[in-house]
Amino acid sequence: MIYIKLSLPNALQDSAMPSATPPTTPHGINWFKYSSPQAFFPVAGALAPCFAVLAAVLCVVGLYIGFFIAPNDAQQGESYRIIFIHVPAAWMSMLIYLVMAFWAGMGLAFNTRLSGMMATALAPTGAMFTFLALWTGALWGKPTWGTWWVWDARLTSELLLLFLYFGFMALQAAIDDPRRADKAGAVLALVGVINIPIIYFSVQWWNTLHQGASVSLKSAPTMAMTMFTGMMVMVFACWAYAIAAALWRVRCIILERERRSDWVNAYLEAQK
Amino acid sequence: MLAVMRGVIVRDLTLAWRRRSDVFTSMIFFVIVASLFPLGIGPEPKLLLAIGPGVVWVAALLASMLALSRLFASDYADGTLEQMLLAATPLSVIVIAKVIAHWIAANLPLVLIAPLLGLQFGLPADALAVLALALALGTPSLSLIGAIGAALTLGLRGGGVLLALLVLPLYAPVLILGSLAVEATAAGLFAQPYLLLLAALSLGALSLAPWAVSAALRISYE
Repeated sequence: MIYIKLSLPNALQDSAMPSATPPTTPHGINWFKYSSPQAFFPVAGALAPCFAVLAAVLCVVGLYIGFFIAPNDAQQGESYRIIFIHVPAAWMSMLIYLVMAFWAGMGLAFNTRLSGMMATALAPTGAMFTFLALWTGALWGKPTWGTWWVWDARLTSELLLLFLYFGFMALQAAIDDPRRADKAGAVLALVGVINIPIIYFSVQWWNTLHQGASVSLKSAPTMAMTMFTGMMVMVFACWAYAIAAALWRVRCIILERERRSDWVNAYLEAQK
Repeated sequence: MLAVMRGVIVRDLTLAWRRRSDVFTSMIFFVIVASLFPLGIGPEPKLLLAIGPGVVWVAALLASMLALSRLFASDYADGTLEQMLLAATPLSVIVIAKVIAHWIAANLPLVLIAPLLGLQFGLPADALAVLALALALGTPSLSLIGAIGAALTLGLRGGGVLLALLVLPLYAPVLILGSLAVEATAAGLFAQPYLLLLAALSLGALSLAPWAVSAALRISYE
């Protein structure tokens, strides 16, 4: 703990001067080292392809289990198989908002630039998963409920979550100064995070058409084991994809925002 | 601190009174939006009774949102807001005072005129009373949440539409509970739980929103 405190001034100084070399402390791990965009840039570059490969492999495995191993559903037949993308997308849509709000809060608390960049990088991926959850939900609703869309509490809150993502991105796009955009977006993300519990508990609050959660930590899943395995593999595939996409995007944001610093110019020179 | 609050409230109300047409414009907007629905849907009394509570609430939501841009804009333009940021009084206290004054100037007229609109939709008398009560309990949270959006969009291009995009999704719980309260009364059920939840939302917003508004104001002055 004491190492973090010792190294804090270094990290803040470092974030104020982008071209400075990352600080090194003689004792223990310096947790703030990678809060510098310059230090994080190569790490993100190394991690992003790994997660992309992991996402592709898990996706192939998950879809194989989903399409060829998992049995038919007794009531829904083949149409339930969209669960293998619908449920992971819905989980990711909420989780990414939480992660985004976490980075936004970190950015406000520690005044680190990279945190704001991470929040900005996560937003489009989160919006994509939210849209995917709504879209696949509509495709699933047609054969099982007989309608593309119902004004059910959970669907409505998911739609509102999509609007929150859009609002976050629109606010950041409207502000020219990136530091102000980060902070304004951070306040909005923290305000919007109140919506996440409303989404999650809405099923219990206004219990309507949407089925209750089939998976919980407390009890055994109510679905067949292979279905559950396939879904969880797809969940991890979506996690890996989201991490890879966010890291790739944050690398672009770093290059864009630090384009006047020496190290970016040196990096771009080396790329030619 | 209370003296500062009273001072800000009196000042903002005086300013609003000097520019009465702004207040009347948002009131008339509220009435027009609510009156357009029967024109679009048809004069069937049963249908109007069914959609009445929701329509009045949506119109109130929009009218309240349109007034938000006035909350900080003129103080921002003439530099008063900067002095408020520099003042020794905590900014959140000044923000609460400004929101109270804004609520009195922009939302109280809506609360008072709403029963009249409810009458147009054929709501029974007890539902009209609940409609006014629900608006009185719910609109403070609209003003408080909206103040966050107004502070975040201060001085940005396309501020008005952006403000709608930021604020309207956050208004949804108030809208749901508010119209449920009126519908429950019209159907002969208890409206009390919804009214209590509306009051809870307003109190929660009162305790949290001023901090977010002050943070947003400081960000826009960086």
